[in-house]
Amino acid sequence: MLAAFDWHTFWDRIFGVDGAFFSALFATIYIAVIAQVLGVILGLVLALMRTSRLRVAQVFSGFYVWIFRGTPVIVQIFFVYFGVNILFGVTLIPNSLDLRAFTLGGAAFAGILALGFNEGAYMREIIRAGIDSVDKGQLEAARSLGMTHGLAMRRVVLPQAARVIVPPLGNEFNNMLKTTSLLFFIGVVELWGNAEIGYSETFKPVEYFAAVAVWYLLLTTIWSLVQARIERRLAVSERDEAEPTLGGRMRDAFSTSYRGRA
Amino acid sequence: MTELVVHSADVQKRFGRLEVLKGVSLDVAKGETVCVIGPSGSGKTTYIRCVNHLEKIDGGRIEVNGKLIGYREKNGTLIEDSERSIAKQRTQIGMVFQRFNLFPHKTAIENVIEAPVHVLGLSKAQALDEAHELLRRVGLLGKRDTYPGKLSGGQQQRVAIARALAMKPALMLFDEPTSALDPEVIGEVLGVMEELAHAGMTMIVVTHEMGFARVAADRVVMMDDGRIIEEGTPEQLFDAPENERTQQFLSKIL
Repeated sequence: MLAAFDWHTFWDRIFGVDGAFFSALFATIYIAVIAQVLGVILGLVLALMRTSRLRVAQVFSGFYVWIFRGTPVIVQIFFVYFGVNILFGVTLIPNSLDLRAFTLGGAAFAGILALGFNEGAYMREIIRAGIDSVDKGQLEAARSLGMTHGLAMRRVVLPQAARVIVPPLGNEFNNMLKTTSLLFFIGVVELWGNAEIGYSETFKPVEYFAAVAVWYLLLTTIWSLVQARIERRLAVSERDEAEPTLGGRMRDAFSTSYRGRA
Repeated sequence: MTELVVHSADVQKRFGRLEVLKGVSLDVAKGETVCVIGPSGSGKTTYIRCVNHLEKIDGGRIEVNGKLIGYREKNGTLIEDSERSIAKQRTQIGMVFQRFNLFPHKTAIENVIEAPVHVLGLSKAQALDEAHELLRRVGLLGKRDTYPGKLSGGQQQRVAIARALAMKPALMLFDEPTSALDPEVIGEVLGVMEELAHAGMTMIVVTHEMGFARVAADRVVMMDDGRIIEEGTPEQLFDAPENERTQQFLSKIL
């Protein structure tokens, strides 16, 4: 005999949520955003290192990707949270971080770092592909106008590479929103953690998990809409076309294929 | 003797085992327009790419306005210059490419002001003023806010010329500027270049347009197999070529 689905609990977890839920929701969002920003910055640095003339930089960049893409992210999370302080013999991951406006727990801090480091490896590949997609003549034109390599990258190559980088970057962030759930394993109470705690108190796992799935879906859907809008902004050559309708934006959002990754 | 803008002596360049330039010596005086002709693979393009150090040279030397390009001399040997000083030298050498290489994410006028603002440090207002004048000169003021993707090849190349001129270069290099163009728009680009030549710009033009070379060049240089095999005024070279290979080349394309 199947247990009946308790619709009341389900709806309550969506419309009747409490303060603890909102701080969990907030944790999911800020962890995903900060980790993604960290990943993009690291990815950019690693991509530029790869094209650098310094052999050491090239090797480091390759080694970094090899490590972080070659091991499970959950291992990296545990390693950063439990391993780093022991390994280096100094407190790199504090118990909590006082940031004036609010206090960041040590687990959340470690989690952000681990997710950001991991993301950096994937972003390097994406940014590299973007840079490679820009015609070599662009760099030559920029340099023949007296630009240094760095200025040419910043003013000419990267803005053009962005059109290639942004669609997969959007997918990466979509993934990031969901991957934050792994941080419950080191005690960060985010969306998934909130559901876990809730169900263990009520013994209604199906209702809790269905509701939390809806919340994740809501986050990723909102993000898809934002992403579609950013991509349209970047399509400079199509600038003369009419603004797309909301329906078109929804269609775009749903037709985006998501790359899964465990 | 007139002032030299370009002095190149015994320039050599290899791509791996392939010797592309086997000792090219060419001087260009201020205000002079030199057209470089020759069969493909003769090293014409490689030579002018060496003049602004887009290619490193393996031997010889190139000076622009009396200064060694891309290298410093130390105890008689040439050492490659820092990136920054090479970049600075390039500001006085304009280059126009076969495939235009306009920045597709910027409008015509943004293409023109990009380097004056970000390399020379001009104020945007002043750069815009000058860019207006240059776009007028190449006949494209009406397209100032158009993206390159919406311009014809001929228009793109004229914007590219304006972009190079915006740096107020002492020397302009043209690398087959009309080879990628449809026949009906070649004339508009050559017209701009001819006007520039007559206005006293120092130019090296790699081209297959013999009609242009005849009217605009002070001197025509024939290259073959990595060497300059003949040079002279357009009349001398086109009407009475002495070298057998020049004769063959001209008979094929004229």
